[in-house]
Amino acid sequence: MSFEIDGKVFEVDEDGFIVEPDLWNEAVAAYLAKTEEVEELTEDHWKVVNYLRNYYFEYGIAPMVRKLCKDTGYPLKDIYELFPSGPAKGACKIAGLPKPTGCV
Amino acid sequence: MASTPKPEELAKISYNPPERDWMDTKPQFRSGTWCYASKPDSLKSLGLPNPRKWSPSDEDWKLPENWKEIIFEGLRERLHKFRSLRLFMDICVRCGACADKCHFYLGTGDPKNMPVLRAELLRSVYRKDFTMAGKILGKFAGARELTEDVIKEWFYYFFQCTECRRCSLFCPYGIDTAEITIIGRELLNLIGCNIDWITSPAANCYRTGNHLGIQPHALVDMIDFCVDDIKEVTGIKIEPTINRKGAEILFIAPSGDVFADPGTYTMMGYLMLFHELGLDYTLSTYASEGGNFGLFNSHEMMKRLNSKMYAEAERLGAKWILGGECGHMWRVIHQYMDTMNGPAGFMEQPVSPVTGTRFENAKSTKMVHITEFTSDLIKHNAIKLDSSRNDQLRVTFHDSCNVSRAMGLIEEPRYILNHVCNNFFEMPENTIKEETFCCGSGSGLNTDEFMEMRMAGGLPRANAVRHVHDKHGVNLLSCICAIDRAVLPSLMDYWVPGVAVSGVHELVGNALVMRGEKERTLDLRMQSFE
Repeated sequence: MSFEIDGKVFEVDEDGFIVEPDLWNEAVAAYLAKTEEVEELTEDHWKVVNYLRNYYFEYGIAPMVRKLCKDTGYPLKDIYELFPSGPAKGACKIAGLPKPTGCV
Repeated sequence: MASTPKPEELAKISYNPPERDWMDTKPQFRSGTWCYASKPDSLKSLGLPNPRKWSPSDEDWKLPENWKEIIFEGLRERLHKFRSLRLFMDICVRCGACADKCHFYLGTGDPKNMPVLRAELLRSVYRKDFTMAGKILGKFAGARELTEDVIKEWFYYFFQCTECRRCSLFCPYGIDTAEITIIGRELLNLIGCNIDWITSPAANCYRTGNHLGIQPHALVDMIDFCVDDIKEVTGIKIEPTINRKGAEILFIAPSGDVFADPGTYTMMGYLMLFHELGLDYTLSTYASEGGNFGLFNSHEMMKRLNSKMYAEAERLGAKWILGGECGHMWRVIHQYMDTMNGPAGFMEQPVSPVTGTRFENAKSTKMVHITEFTSDLIKHNAIKLDSSRNDQLRVTFHDSCNVSRAMGLIEEPRYILNHVCNNFFEMPENTIKEETFCCGSGSGLNTDEFMEMRMAGGLPRANAVRHVHDKHGVNLLSCICAIDRAVLPSLMDYWVPGVAVSGVHELVGNALVMRGEKERTLDLRMQSFE
């Protein structure tokens, strides 16, 4: 499975997460946002997305959800308002992070 | 991902068997009832066969050319290696005592989820090629040819069994269907038919020390976060150590407790308790996983992942290992570890440095379960508890299958719960302790694309929770397993809204009176005690 933006092909997994986080760009985020019921990425969305990407590149994994809330200042219910499918399936997908696996 | 049917739809379960004979009925690979295939990269990093891109919904599963030979050889080898398997293949009289004990059968009405018939999926192939009667009489003796359709059926049903062993408790012959599923999965594994939710965590664990793939610096960051929150709640700055040589005790928890809510509150509970005791312990970034998804893959993979625990204890010079609230971790430790990776002669028989209790049961494995450790503390009045801090909670306890049935650890968590909270209510007798109902998502089936089956399989457990919710106003389901903590919140939201999920040591953390603490007004979830 894949999608195409400006002639570039992005491979995704069964749930629509991009397979190579390094290829992510803002246009990819905007495309993925539409698949997650986010019509337009506002400043609030970008704050969360950028935080997730920075954390991922520093630590190699998404942050704990509570850390995301604390560091961005958005309580969990606000995160759900911004990203209806939640921090993992919504926000992380739009930020181009891989899906976490294990006891989660 | 398919959308999950509404509860009222899923609750309409038909127990009428299909019209045609079971051998002529093929599974429908409908979205929501099967898990995604392993990613080639995960198979490659574990050195497992036949890495390729495929999906169980494809017609062509891209099996190796000699797949039939591989399966027969694999079965032959295992019949020879595991006498239990040969016995389980031969002695079933199809009495049906197991049939209505399986949560997946109760929740779906699919006869192939009756443990007797699930085992028959493998047994019929065994009969055809490994017994005289089957060779001569074929179908009349319940034997059948091994075909690609049989492989697909195995995949469908062996990854619909959570290896919870409730059925085995009722089998008059003691047949352990979980072991049949384990062998079924091993055979599938030989031809590259496994699921990503098992192989990716196993690959992560192999590479980075835990299922989630938390690297050392990330683990430190997550522990630091817990430390900050503990400071906020108690006013006390605790200082856990990581990878410290010379620590008396190595503590290993499931990685879900480090990363995912509500497990993280349980992690805070452990850390608070250890601080209060002044325990000489260390965490490890190498052995940073209690769980073992290798168990859901093969005996060899289980052994490989498990070996980290002893290797790390030896490297650090620990005297014994304390293990956290994890389910299948304890099945591996209790049933396999000692003979598989032991004896761990470099360690000592565990002794509680606080109470002096010698843990006789841990003499050979050198590993103590955290609820054994804490209940011993409580019995000796070694910690001060204010159970009224959990008064807003009306608590019940879900026995995790692997800890209760596979290990026999029944009373310790209850002893703790009865001391850390004042409102504890048991679910009905035939749904707890040895007879506990599975969460519906164990053995690596806790993935979201399997949600419909998880909700169906979890229905018997949810029904029992609903009973105490209606009768006693229960609003918290406590448990001692990280898969439980990951999956029960969705199960409760689906069937019994209004019931939250926690670990036992989260409640210990709430009740624990710590020296030098500020006036406690918040629980570990930062909610007011009121």
